[in-house]
Amino acid sequence: MDFKNAAELLDLCQREGMTISGVMKRRECELTESDMEHIRFRMEQALVIMKDSAHTPVGNPGKSVGGLIGGEAAKLAKHREEGRSICGSVLGRAITYAMAVLEVNASMGLIVAAPTAGSSGVVPGLLLALQEENRLSDEAVMEALFNASAIGYLAMRNATVAGAVGGCQAEVGVASAMAASAAVELMGGTPKQCLDAASTAIINLLGLVCDPIGGLVENPCQSRNVVGAANALSCAEMALSGIQQMIPLDEMLAAMYSVGRGLPHELRETALGGCAATPTGCAFGGCTG
Amino acid sequence: MAFISVFDVLGPNMIGPSSSHTAGAAAIALLAYKMIRGPVRKVEFTLYGSFAKTYRGHGTDRALLGGIMGFETDDRRIRDSFSIADDRGLEYVFQINEQEEDIHPNTVDILMVSEQGDEMSVRGESLGGGKVRIVRINQVEVDFTGEYSAVIVIHQDKPGVVAHISSCLGEYQVNIAYMKLYREAKGATAYCIVEADERLPAKIVEQIEENKHVQEAILVQV
Repeated sequence: MDFKNAAELLDLCQREGMTISGVMKRRECELTESDMEHIRFRMEQALVIMKDSAHTPVGNPGKSVGGLIGGEAAKLAKHREEGRSICGSVLGRAITYAMAVLEVNASMGLIVAAPTAGSSGVVPGLLLALQEENRLSDEAVMEALFNASAIGYLAMRNATVAGAVGGCQAEVGVASAMAASAAVELMGGTPKQCLDAASTAIINLLGLVCDPIGGLVENPCQSRNVVGAANALSCAEMALSGIQQMIPLDEMLAAMYSVGRGLPHELRETALGGCAATPTGCAFGGCTG
Repeated sequence: MAFISVFDVLGPNMIGPSSSHTAGAAAIALLAYKMIRGPVRKVEFTLYGSFAKTYRGHGTDRALLGGIMGFETDDRRIRDSFSIADDRGLEYVFQINEQEEDIHPNTVDILMVSEQGDEMSVRGESLGGGKVRIVRINQVEVDFTGEYSAVIVIHQDKPGVVAHISSCLGEYQVNIAYMKLYREAKGATAYCIVEADERLPAKIVEQIEENKHVQEAILVQV
């Protein structure tokens, strides 16, 4: 069982009466000649790392190697626990965890690239928030992670997930599409709704540039993971409410790839443009190349 | 097109902050560590391109040092690899080369000396997403990724050596995925790299080394 694009994936789901996660699991078993128990074990390991990286900085803030970030997750968590969150419970938790994972990443802790290290907070941020707020099982979250990996696979296969090639839209944009689709399946949506949510997520972040201050995976990467999670939650909500997306995911991945290749060199992870080239960004070094 | 697994998307499991500058650096050094016999006593890293510019903020230096001590990309000890190396008495030097421009932007040269006094130099490139390749061993251009278990045979470029290697592999029923031959010049030192679908039996090394033109066979297991 294999698929080259989202249209084929949807067709498989509808013909076989399967979820996106179900198709992705079967593909993995067949093409890697592994049994389900083995891939489930590997996903469980990933989930353990995701939880650890989302939770640890809340109680035990770290300082990044580059020195630009650290302590953000603890501040957000405290703000929310004091009942002062204006985002509400799911979003408040999601953005806390998204920032936490990037804090761990920047302080040389252990994370799961999803699909990249610089965008590793989006998928666990949203899925763990939904799990905790809705008391969902680890099994359900692992299914959602298989769903997310199907969207990421399509982006890697048919476009790019490298900031140096396609800008931040290829990293946080794709992570957001993965999280949106996974959230829809986790909350009971159909495969079509998953793909619609993913497509909308790419549309909303289309053109986002990669402009890390000092070339470090810290700022603006960390707060862009927050926007990736918030965007994913909104796109999932739209899809679940029955709002359809007229542009299919395949076309948006192609558009994202084309926009990415059209971005000037300065805005693709070189630290020569955007935030990195502001006077403040430059003061931290890196913008002179 | 190479197969993309679920765990290529949700992975690698890695020490941050960067899959190319941290995980890739650790992966290159780990391959180098596997290629030299015995623990490394002394190591010199030369960083090029983006590695040279941004290595401190990405922990590239700690990742390289961790890899050369045998740490995998998800080993939490990478963060403390300087103090661990000091405790172990490993001598290390980092150099940067910003003159060389005709080179992949994330390149490192690793010059190792083992406890027994053997020297080996390896050049690696970090290709993004934690993927890497080794492009040079002791001044000979090669190409291997470490994604498969491999045996690297250093030998004189003489007739019959490759046939000998093939027959050893055949005897152990090894299914060859890729077999490539690289040499400095005709008749000089050559490198035969065989990548296999499964782990290679350790005994194969002795058998390959029985040929008088073979200098050394090195097993690099996944």
